[in-house]
Amino acid sequence: MAEVIVRKPRPKHLNLMQIRLPLPGIVSILHRISGVALFLCLPLILWLFGASLGSQEDLDSFHAIFDFSLAGLPIVKLVLLGLLWSFLHHFCAGIRFLLLDVHVGIELPAARMSSVIVLVVSLVLTVALGVLIW
Amino acid sequence: MVKRLVVGAHYGFGDWLLQRLTAVVMALYTVMFAIRLSMLTSYDVFAWYDLFSSGMMRFATFLFFMSLFYHAWVGVRDIFMDYVKPISVRLTLHAVVAFLLLGYAGWAAQILWRL
Repeated sequence: MAEVIVRKPRPKHLNLMQIRLPLPGIVSILHRISGVALFLCLPLILWLFGASLGSQEDLDSFHAIFDFSLAGLPIVKLVLLGLLWSFLHHFCAGIRFLLLDVHVGIELPAARMSSVIVLVVSLVLTVALGVLIW
Repeated sequence: MVKRLVVGAHYGFGDWLLQRLTAVVMALYTVMFAIRLSMLTSYDVFAWYDLFSSGMMRFATFLFFMSLFYHAWVGVRDIFMDYVKPISVRLTLHAVVAFLLLGYAGWAAQILWRL
């Protein structure tokens, strides 16, 4: 009696566009992306911080950079808004990871719930602080 | 069963732990900073100057920056280890990032103490 092993063709989703990450996965990759963004923009952040605490001349160039716009787009402000979100997401997701490290909320429903909380809280805070600072 | 050489374990454990400790330092600083900002009576450049004029605030901010740079070092190095396979490229990137962060540390100190 011949037996045939039928192998189900398994999908190999190495295509980034086809991978559907679960919510905790999305929080995780955004944690990484926001970290990279913050790292890459460290010179800008340090420069702005230094200028904000500098002389009158430094303050003038601070405002010039802060209000710099290209083709009507306040490009620096938009970058800083992105960085604000990056910081807030990194902060919230980081606290979630620290809690997971000490085994708080590691059950799947709790982990999903905390992912939603991280995404929502960081976005809401970004909008609120963004409006305040703009 | 995977045969693994585990001589001298705790590879990377120190960095893993420091990544978390620095995260806690930065989180505490962030909360403290937010509270102090919300307690300001005016929002102008003088209040901003004043905020950073105390020795404690400079000390705390410097600690924040040092934590930030070490935290960034561990994070960026992990990312290179994940995505950059050729050892020569990886080593070069590691060196560039390490020296950048050292430079940033000097820059941060200069900003805080030249006031």
